[in-house]
Amino acid sequence: MYRFTYHQPATLDAAVQLAASTEDGSYLAGGMTLLPTMKFRLANPSDLIDLGGVEELRGISEEDGRLRIGASSTHAEVAASALVADRMPALAELASRIGDPAVRNRGTIGGSIANADPAADYPAALLALDAEVITNRRTIAAADFFTGFFSTALAPGELVTAVRFATPAQAGYQKAPNPASRFALVGVFVARHADGVRVAVTGAGPYAARYPAFEAALDASFTPEAAAGVPVDEAGLTSDLHASAAYRAHLIGIMAKRAVAAC
Amino acid sequence: MATDQSAPITFRVNGKDVEGPAEPRTLLVDFLRDTLRLTGTHIGCDTSQCGACVVHLDGIAVKSCSVLAVQAAGREVRTIEGLADADGSLHPMQEAFRQHHGLQCGFCTPGMVMTAIELAQSAEPLTPERVREGLEGNICRCTGYHNIVQAVLAGAAAMRQ
Repeated sequence: MYRFTYHQPATLDAAVQLAASTEDGSYLAGGMTLLPTMKFRLANPSDLIDLGGVEELRGISEEDGRLRIGASSTHAEVAASALVADRMPALAELASRIGDPAVRNRGTIGGSIANADPAADYPAALLALDAEVITNRRTIAAADFFTGFFSTALAPGELVTAVRFATPAQAGYQKAPNPASRFALVGVFVARHADGVRVAVTGAGPYAARYPAFEAALDASFTPEAAAGVPVDEAGLTSDLHASAAYRAHLIGIMAKRAVAAC
Repeated sequence: MATDQSAPITFRVNGKDVEGPAEPRTLLVDFLRDTLRLTGTHIGCDTSQCGACVVHLDGIAVKSCSVLAVQAAGREVRTIEGLADADGSLHPMQEAFRQHHGLQCGFCTPGMVMTAIELAQSAEPLTPERVREGLEGNICRCTGYHNIVQAVLAGAAAMRQ
């Protein structure tokens, strides 16, 4: 990889100030995407600001009836958290199936959503669980956070500090993993809240999105059969060497049905 | 253009304090292999897929091709060289791989063993299915995994005794 200057701030304020003072700096969370990307020389930040020493970004707690997961929480920590398992086991299950064990030991929820890979698992959970993304500047609703292919509402230098999730009555997540990378070919997160069902899909298009037709069908009847009967238009879905758009459209129905069954 | 920041870093490897120069961009695996000459940790794919480079960082299994050497500063690293006793007797997981012939060419074995030890330390009882899931990030192109799974189950049982 190209040379860069390494920083290891101990506080959130110091991290943000460093980002503002560097030419083309990048925050480093778990590094499970950024470091391999830099090795390929597809990314060339002038500075890396390692968040590993920032205590304020750690910890999983409950706040005003919402689950609050610090941005530096690793996938392994989310998967093993008794609090997450109790409040929303579907989220713990999702975290336990990201990548592989060594990747889950390093990769973080903040890094994953800031990277906004179209096939990442967490974005579907954020959308279906009415999450709020907390940054050093503001609170962003998940619905406004993911804005495109590898794109988010984060401004330059803005740092995700935590994610807060609404506790659903029931939730389930199912994915058809790419057999090599374990990224989602298609992943569907279904959550039943007091005011209605949310269904969010990742892996199928340029970024995770809610599927209102599934939500309406499941509001009427929260059964796997109701999910299986919803037609999916393949227009706008991703077609690549892993799967055609038509296959992904088919998988959305299958994964939605299984996610409801898993609730 | 960033300047060369090559600076000495210190951390503990296999119970010994070590020091050596590293640039920020030096990967942990390269520092282990090239600077410390601990060549038991292998580079298979160099793209974070294959798991041949797995070591323990503060007791947690990580792919050392995707961790910077500076990120290990002040911390404890354990590699395949740190498993056997001083008298040469093998760690129970290494012994199980030997007994069950859990390798053919042996290239993936260091990473397999390091991953398997973490897996064996988990609270849940191991089943063949859990072992296969736990080895998802370790790729072997020789064995078909059957003997590796047998070895991990036997090694985990031996570690619990």
